[in-house]
Amino acid sequence: MNDQAQLLPGTLDLLILRAVSLGPLHGYGILLRIGQISGNALLIEQGALYPGLFRLVRQGLLKASWGTSENNRRAKFYELTAAGRKGLREETDNWNRLANAIGSALATQPEET
Amino acid sequence: MKPLDSLRFRIAALFQRTQMSAEMEEELRSHIQLRADDLERSGLTRAEAERRARLEFGGQARFKEECREAAGGTFVESIWQDLIYALRVLRKSPSFTVVAVVTLAMAIGANAVVFGVLNALILRPLNLPAQQSLYAIERASDKVGYLSYPDYLDLRDRNRSFDALAAFNISAAVLDTGENASRAWIYEVSGNYFDALGIQPYLGRFVHSSDERGPNTAPYVVLSYAYWHSHFQDDRAVVSRVVQLNKHPFTIIGVAPPGFHGTLLLFSPEFFVPIVQEDEANLKVRGNRWIFEAIGHLKAGVTPVQATADLNSIGSYLEKTYPKDDSQMSFALARPSLYGDYGGQSVRAFMAGLLVLAGLILLAACANLGSLFAARAADRSRELALRLALGASRLRLLRQLFTEAILISLIGGAVGLSGSVVLLRALSAWQPFSRYPASVAVNPDAYVYGVVLLLTLASGLLFGAVPVRQVLHLDPYEIVKSGSLGSVGRRITVRDILLGVQIALCALLVTSSVVAVRGLVRSLRSNLGFEPRNVIFVNTDLNMAGYSGDKVPAMQRRMVGAIQTIPGVQSVGLVDEPPLRECCNSSTVFTDQSADLRASNAVAEAVIYDISPEYFQAAGTALLSGRTFTWHDDKNSPRVAVVNRDFATKIFGSATNAVGKYYKLPDATRIQVVGIVEDGKYNSLTEEPQPAMFFPILQSPSSGTSLVVRLDRAPEQLLAAVRSKLRDLDRGLPLYIQPWNKELDTALFASRMATVSLGILGVMGAMLSVTGIFGMAAYSVSKRKRELGIRMALGAQQKEILQAALGRALKLLAFGSVAGLLLGILASRVLASIVYQATPRDPLVLGGVVLSMASLGLLATWIPAQRALSIDPAMLMREE
Repeated sequence: MNDQAQLLPGTLDLLILRAVSLGPLHGYGILLRIGQISGNALLIEQGALYPGLFRLVRQGLLKASWGTSENNRRAKFYELTAAGRKGLREETDNWNRLANAIGSALATQPEET
Repeated sequence: MKPLDSLRFRIAALFQRTQMSAEMEEELRSHIQLRADDLERSGLTRAEAERRARLEFGGQARFKEECREAAGGTFVESIWQDLIYALRVLRKSPSFTVVAVVTLAMAIGANAVVFGVLNALILRPLNLPAQQSLYAIERASDKVGYLSYPDYLDLRDRNRSFDALAAFNISAAVLDTGENASRAWIYEVSGNYFDALGIQPYLGRFVHSSDERGPNTAPYVVLSYAYWHSHFQDDRAVVSRVVQLNKHPFTIIGVAPPGFHGTLLLFSPEFFVPIVQEDEANLKVRGNRWIFEAIGHLKAGVTPVQATADLNSIGSYLEKTYPKDDSQMSFALARPSLYGDYGGQSVRAFMAGLLVLAGLILLAACANLGSLFAARAADRSRELALRLALGASRLRLLRQLFTEAILISLIGGAVGLSGSVVLLRALSAWQPFSRYPASVAVNPDAYVYGVVLLLTLASGLLFGAVPVRQVLHLDPYEIVKSGSLGSVGRRITVRDILLGVQIALCALLVTSSVVAVRGLVRSLRSNLGFEPRNVIFVNTDLNMAGYSGDKVPAMQRRMVGAIQTIPGVQSVGLVDEPPLRECCNSSTVFTDQSADLRASNAVAEAVIYDISPEYFQAAGTALLSGRTFTWHDDKNSPRVAVVNRDFATKIFGSATNAVGKYYKLPDATRIQVVGIVEDGKYNSLTEEPQPAMFFPILQSPSSGTSLVVRLDRAPEQLLAAVRSKLRDLDRGLPLYIQPWNKELDTALFASRMATVSLGILGVMGAMLSVTGIFGMAAYSVSKRKRELGIRMALGAQQKEILQAALGRALKLLAFGSVAGLLLGILASRVLASIVYQATPRDPLVLGGVVLSMASLGLLATWIPAQRALSIDPAMLMREE
């Protein structure tokens, strides 16, 4: 557990959008999917997911509907709206730019400055 | 998301609150179930799996709260929660709530009344279209607006600043509709009056400039709505009806709209008559300034300064062209309504003073409530600490306290406002003077409501803010551990200062009201120059009754003779207008040696009274030397006068040798002084002595006729006899009969009002400081119960206990009272201009203030003191 990384503020929303972009998921499913696509490298408190979900619904990036899970339990499923899809694209680009910039800044060797 | 959508979402969220909570609940449960399913698959028992799943999930309540916040419903929702909670808390301590609400209701009510009156008198006085550009012309020298008709015409036609310059004059007339003749107050108005003001008739038409074609060319009457309603029973057929006005036929041409009460506050005319119907002589003489005021709207783009310059250039032209009649013709602009600056200034000063006092009362109330709230917050520190410990944020706690404060202030404000609305309505319906149509609509409007709401919210925030620091510094750990804030601070706290200030305010109010009451009593007892007790006062106007020329003095003599025959009458005097009524004629006077009789050479300006021989005796004015008149002082004998002492000293140097000497009037008439009488009050009770001269009515005839009838008994018994005697002489006489004492109420009105309003504010201030001191003393006793109990157990005497419990409150009382008394002495200078002889340098005033403050203190600390003394140490020890 200790080698898991703390999430940067604001990145949870991006991860949720990314997880849901592959198909509708319920909350627990989203957690599992994030674990899967990040190789379990990120530490997410389970309950902390939900405020993020509610926020994204309010912002119109996600829509929610009740359905049945694979093991026959009633659960609320989330999927991307058109705005969510667009938001994910933009946020992903932003993130990549940011990550590249920070990555290259950190990779700079002392003698090059 | 757009703000509007967001708002809609929030509101929708509020209403779907319960549904949302249920859904959230279900969703979280489903999450835990799904997680437990996974854990079960990995080999745990179902029970163990569910327990693990719940643990892994974390604090459900916190996430739920965060979810609610994220979903947008929480702000409105938590305000709602705060409100419900606040209501519950307030209901749980009804005595606190009632005290707080009543305190605030009184303070806010007082402010609403004062502001309502201020609004009606000063801010929104006349209710006319485009008031901002409406100005009245007054003379710069004496701040009055009187003009002669020829001067008015010159100003009207030569100015380039006014859209139209109208003029009006207050007058009285008798209107006879054929059934009954009744006396009425009217405006004589210039033809352009209604058009200049921009108002439309309710019925028929108004007079216009085109109606004026010289003297007596417009015998028309425009009724006020109220008069039409009361005297013509809303009869729409009244237009074009012919009525008798002062025994001449006039045609009613229209009715003014309901909201129009003329162009003077406090004086609503009953109908309007064209000014060209005035006596022809008055219309022609340039030196006779009788028109009350000229008013008009400034042209668009003309500033008051430009307009004044324009008027002054006309004024200097008039001075040059008519040097004999027109002097000091420089003008100023004033707001119409309260007689321009003349009456306006003191009313404005007084209202501003009242507003400040009312504001101070509100401040005192806030201070009071602030300390109550702080005390409560301290009492509730355990509850607050517990909530903090359970995870509430300090912000949330503060919001809760503010919600309570605002809730109380809103309830208090609503109660206060409804009380003040009742009071203002009553005030609007009130007719303070029986003789004048004087009343003013002070009904509250949207402006008043808005201000009251603002005041209410502001005071809620103000006293709600007092415990803020306390809450921010709350240490939940310490409080939950040790029970309560056990220490009582020895240093001076904000609460002490608030209470001290409040006591000072109260002492200030008490001082002012005692000063005002004393002044009023003194002015009732002061030497008026006449003795109004046991005197009947009769007023009539012979012109209105159709008498003119030589018939006037003849009729006056007959009236005096007739009343003298009534048993019980000691003497009857006649005067054109008595002192202290609407003011008087006056004239400049010159020494006998003056040859150049220009106004600038005059030695004095003296008030003129035209009287019958027995007037001084009937009025009770003392003759100091010389003689009074006889009926032989008539047109055929040399002109004589009786003057007052001030006149004699100013013109002849001393009162003793003035008898027999001569002086001159502006028209070069030589007049011999035959007698000296004592000084009196002529215009107002607060005036300094001024010169007055009395002429025999046969030498200086006047149609104004007032009789003063001195009796050997109470005047009420003979009112009817006097009336019937005069009716026997002429049934058409318009009569006004009153005991002279009552008649003087008008003159005392201002100081009475001042005394009453100060008295009310003083009582409120006193009540507030009683509750304030009581609150503080009671709080300190209850906080220090244990300490006091221990002291008692250790053998402290009653005196020591009281000193420990109440010493601080009493010290504050003493300091505050002294400060307030000093302030009150300073403030009395303002009062002196309204209330006659208002001076705080009076042992009775000082003693009264000290006594009342001391008794207030005693009253306020009595119950806490009893409580402190009744502490039973044994009981206390057992309790703790």
